[in-house]
Amino acid sequence: MPAVAAPSALRHLYEQMVLGRVFETEAERQYKADHIGGYCHLSSGQEATTVGTMHALQPDDLLVTGYRSHGFALARGVSPEAVMAELFGRRDGCAHGRGGSMHLLDVGHGYYGGWGIVAGQLPVAAGLALGLVRQRRPQAVLVELGDGAVNMGAFHESLNLASLWGLPVVFLVVNNEYGMGTSVARASAEPELYRRAAAYRMHGERVDGNDVQAVIEASDRLLTQAREERRPALLEAMTYRFRGHSVADAGLAYRTKDEVREHQAQDPLFRVRERLRAEGLSDEDFDAIDREADERVAAAVQFALDSPEPDVAQLATGMHAAGSAEQFARMRPGSAFGEQALTFDAGLGS
Amino acid sequence: MSATTATATDAATGTKVMTYREALRLALQEELARDERVFLMGEEIGVFGGAYKVTAGLLDQFGEDRVRDTPISEEGFVGAGVGAAMIGERPVVEIMTLNFILVAMDQVINHAAKIGAMFGGEVRCPLVIRTPNGAGNQLTAQHSQSFDGWFAGTPGLKVVAPANPADAKGLLKAAIRDDDPVLVLENLPIYKEKGEVPLDPDFVTPIGRAAVVREGTDVTLVAHSFATLRALRAAAGLAERHGVSAEVVDLRSLRPLDVETVAASVAKTNRAVCVEEGWPSYGVTAELSARIQHACFDDLDAPVERVGMAEVPLPYAKVLELAAMPGEDRIAGAVLRSLGLAR
Repeated sequence: MPAVAAPSALRHLYEQMVLGRVFETEAERQYKADHIGGYCHLSSGQEATTVGTMHALQPDDLLVTGYRSHGFALARGVSPEAVMAELFGRRDGCAHGRGGSMHLLDVGHGYYGGWGIVAGQLPVAAGLALGLVRQRRPQAVLVELGDGAVNMGAFHESLNLASLWGLPVVFLVVNNEYGMGTSVARASAEPELYRRAAAYRMHGERVDGNDVQAVIEASDRLLTQAREERRPALLEAMTYRFRGHSVADAGLAYRTKDEVREHQAQDPLFRVRERLRAEGLSDEDFDAIDREADERVAAAVQFALDSPEPDVAQLATGMHAAGSAEQFARMRPGSAFGEQALTFDAGLGS
Repeated sequence: MSATTATATDAATGTKVMTYREALRLALQEELARDERVFLMGEEIGVFGGAYKVTAGLLDQFGEDRVRDTPISEEGFVGAGVGAAMIGERPVVEIMTLNFILVAMDQVINHAAKIGAMFGGEVRCPLVIRTPNGAGNQLTAQHSQSFDGWFAGTPGLKVVAPANPADAKGLLKAAIRDDDPVLVLENLPIYKEKGEVPLDPDFVTPIGRAAVVREGTDVTLVAHSFATLRALRAAAGLAERHGVSAEVVDLRSLRPLDVETVAASVAKTNRAVCVEEGWPSYGVTAELSARIQHACFDDLDAPVERVGMAEVPLPYAKVLELAAMPGEDRIAGAVLRSLGLAR
């Protein structure tokens, strides 16, 4: 794929960005309709960063994210059906209803998980990169983290290991200005987060995370370096989330309506639309793109609704590898139980 | 005793007497040679030869790619083990002592242990973490701990704790070959213990199987790791001085827990004394007591007794440290109480 999108590719990028926005808007609606539970972190406003980085990531590269991950999953090629079904906690979800919003994955697409502990995914990503090196594979890992994660010890340890060992990993800091409700200025002694990389003799840079083409250019360049020279890097993408930290947060205790409105006026979707308009796309084209996204998301919702709930008898399925039932067989005397009963028995004791 | 626990032992290959430390090293050596995906990571395991010399010589034999020194960065390199395991490597991570696993707990409990279930079985994490615990060397409060029960109570993990050289080799090999995350609890005072070790490279000790390491009829002592040695010594003393016939069950695995072997023994002796190196409150012996009273309610002739570390942060002075530890005298006292021979 080219580093900078050709006009035809730009339309495709725009379609993906629209899909991400429509998906998140619908997810919020479905959450309020009680079809989605738990935490649900939306990425509306951050589409240029999610879609741009996923455009630069090659099919055999690996992806790791934190918990604001719907957009990354979709842009990586996970079907809206599998993502929505996971949010609904259904059997056909990408984690079979075990993970929910925060723990999407698709190993077939090289997506090794949405992770829920801030910065906990960073050592894992370093390990995936180490695995690539050991296997002499020429790919790289892109790991997403929020601006709040840079103050965790795991961030420091992971960047140090990545640089020390020459691991092919790009740390993508999605700086949306707030870690939950705490602004970067209130959380980070060095608020220019990309500068942190210098402490590890690692290249760090900032990019306008609302400009999809700039994001593609920067992430492609850094991923290429990671693949070809085994040089890790930190890319700080400056963006903004339009919604609260999660669906449960109105997002106004720590910022003003005016601030949100100002950012919405700079919507990353508008920018791409203006470029496409300059290239000749018409209102009808944009309507068609919107309609297609609506239809895809509606189909995903229907798929999720139709997908069966997980079988309660399969509560423990997946927890342990095949063959483990025999190891656990003596945990409860007098009961020969298999993996299905494992959780109940091990959980209830005796 | 432990040769009886072997599977697929080739009689022709024989056994050799070696220390627990050497048995661990042999297991690592064999698995490194057997499977290219196996590699070691940890602090001071390479150039330094291992803080406790378990990995001595392996860097020279296998090179830096297979024996990887790390900075002091437990959360980082345990997590790196998790990630490498997720794409099919077989990392064996050494944590210098169990005390230092506390700074990596997020990776152990919130990451490694969660992967199988949380991702719906779509990806596995065949990670081994091996680390010694235990008290007895005047290492004081921050370096003398046994949190075995914390890990054994965590769904998604497997926890093994060998008590002799043969099982040190057999369980470490079983852990490396297992497709799930396994914590191998070693023990500092036990490293120098000697025993017969099968030389068959395919010898493994199955996970989830306890062993009766001393047969007896009057009382069952249940223990794991170094506490098993204490229990065996206490049993010998009890036979000699009091004519008490104590059976000793070595758990070997804490999760899965072989309750069946424990219950069969207690059904025979009608008395149980559980011993551990850790603090007993909410610990391994607490779990055992609950399991035994349920499985053996009609068999018990006395309440289940427990012996563990005194519930204080371990003090430095030798006399205080010794008083805190679950020594043979305290184990023997608990056995005599169980038999109604002492109060």
